[in-house]
Amino acid sequence: MEKAAKTEEIVNHPAILSKQKLGSGTRKSRNWLQPQAAIPHRLYVGISISSIVLLFAVWSLLTYTGMVDPLFLPTPVEIVHSGITLFTEYGFINDIGITIYRVLAGFLIAVVIGLPLGILMGTFKVVEAFFEPMISAIRYMPASAFIPLFILWIGVGELEKITIIFVGSFFSLVLMVAVEVGNVRRELLEAAYTLGRSKLGVLRSVILPASLPGIMEILRLILGWAWSYIIVAELVASASGIGSLILESQRMLKTGNIIFGIATIGVLGLLSDIILKICIKKAFPWHYGR
Amino acid sequence: MKLMSKPKLEIKSVTKVFAGNKNRANVLALDQTNLTIMPNEFITILGPSGCGKSTLLRIVAGLEEQTTGDVFLDGQELFGPSSNRGMVFQAYSLFPWLTVEENIQFGLKTKEIGAGERKEIVRKYIELVQLEGFEKHYPRQLSGGMQQRVAIARALANDPEILLLDEPFGALDNQTRTLMQELLLEIWEKSHKTVLFITHDVEESIYLANRVVVMTSRPGRIKADIPIELEHPRPYSIKVEPKFLAYKEQLTELIREESLKAMMEIK
Ligand SMILES: Nc1ncnc2c1ncn2[C@@H]1O[C@H](COP(=O)(O)OP(=O)(O)OP(=O)(O)O)[C@@H](O)[C@H]1O
Ligand SMILES: [Mg+2]
Repeated sequence: MEKAAKTEEIVNHPAILSKQKLGSGTRKSRNWLQPQAAIPHRLYVGISISSIVLLFAVWSLLTYTGMVDPLFLPTPVEIVHSGITLFTEYGFINDIGITIYRVLAGFLIAVVIGLPLGILMGTFKVVEAFFEPMISAIRYMPASAFIPLFILWIGVGELEKITIIFVGSFFSLVLMVAVEVGNVRRELLEAAYTLGRSKLGVLRSVILPASLPGIMEILRLILGWAWSYIIVAELVASASGIGSLILESQRMLKTGNIIFGIATIGVLGLLSDIILKICIKKAFPWHYGR
Repeated sequence: MKLMSKPKLEIKSVTKVFAGNKNRANVLALDQTNLTIMPNEFITILGPSGCGKSTLLRIVAGLEEQTTGDVFLDGQELFGPSSNRGMVFQAYSLFPWLTVEENIQFGLKTKEIGAGERKEIVRKYIELVQLEGFEKHYPRQLSGGMQQRVAIARALANDPEILLLDEPFGALDNQTRTLMQELLLEIWEKSHKTVLFITHDVEESIYLANRVVVMTSRPGRIKADIPIELEHPRPYSIKVEPKFLAYKEQLTELIREESLKAMMEIK
């Protein structure tokens, strides 16, 4: 009786547990170079931070010592200054807003049309046979190559930007979702049939829930691509958005603005990715959780 | 008395040919297979690998279509899968996005059963397979043996006319497998369902069954049909009794012949 209570205490005692974790960590840390072996969390974070520090150190060394012309690469402090003036004097926040709007609009339209189509293609061979050849062919035509054509057809307005995002996202999305849905294990479908579900019933009760985590991962990946398409679209013909600011800055030789603009896109893409990642982990505990 | 009751399941001259293609010849998996199962029987089908055991079971389940022949359940000809034949697969057939209790309820949702009654059924079968306390767990949080117990509970919760199991313990370690056999036998003794159980394990086939059906190597045909006259309940110690060992010797010999034939054919 007493022994049982003690074991429970050990199991539930956070301090002991964390010590145990650290203990095993330090033992393992001797084999840093063992393939795929875990390293202590603190060491991991430390290495990650030092890589960023190193980047800034090299950058500062190159710029402050005058080894590199400030026209090519301004100092970190100058970049921060460019950023501040962009926000205070040039209304950069509006450019960010319009770029986000274009990405999300194009992406969401692609999802709204592409998701059902991909699911149907992955489920029914007739649908796949009809759409596959067309979509596979278009998929390998880069969306940016369509820009001149779209400008010709629909001008240089918002619709053209959104269309480019749509074309860049839609075709890959459909094909990837179709593959994901088609990979639902046959045993699951068969189990559902023997439990009384109909042929169409399994679409909702098995195929959709089984493939949803994979589909969300696909959407996350494709949203990442959409960020690079929007910049191309804005570089070519646009009076607003982060891309157009980068192009303008180049004409005026404002290297700091260019770098700040690029960094902004990186941060936006990273943020949207992290948000989606967290949502996915939270939404599918059966897939990711222990 | 048995002579008077009607058969539960009748498999009548069922043949199955898997169509080949350019690179692969047609495969005759089952050849004129006949089998009659009476209500409440526990039949195990024993046969060498690749002899068509799964194919036969899948045809009964309605998941595969026979090339010729018919299958009858309670005198009704069968077409396609339905909830009157519960199926337990070898492994990984639970719905990973559903908890244990949701998995067990899955088949009940299509029936007109109230939430209260459904809960009662789930509780009953969780208790039957001894998984109290794991109702809210997801399949990936369970061991292989526990997952198979859920799969059995899920099939039984639908109250099928016949329970079909395709090597359900084949992926488990020896100890777990023995415990699962005892549990399944206990369930059968309580519920008296008709059971069709596939295995390639001789001991398992004797321990569980009241009839062991031996199949020939490909193409599958019924080679022998051996009633097992061991009393119930069967403690696990029965496996070392002379009577059990005699069955074991007989069946091992039968299955060895077939395995050898299958091997020669491959060469
Ligand atoms: N879908 C299929 N297409 C073509 N051939 C098949 C198909 N399914 C099974 N077969 C063939 O039919 C034969 C019987 O297969 P089956 O799976 O029924 O054997 P089994 O007795 O269950 O074997 P095991 O003990 O290994 O599970 C095998 O030769 C197999 O290759
Ligand atoms: Mg098999």
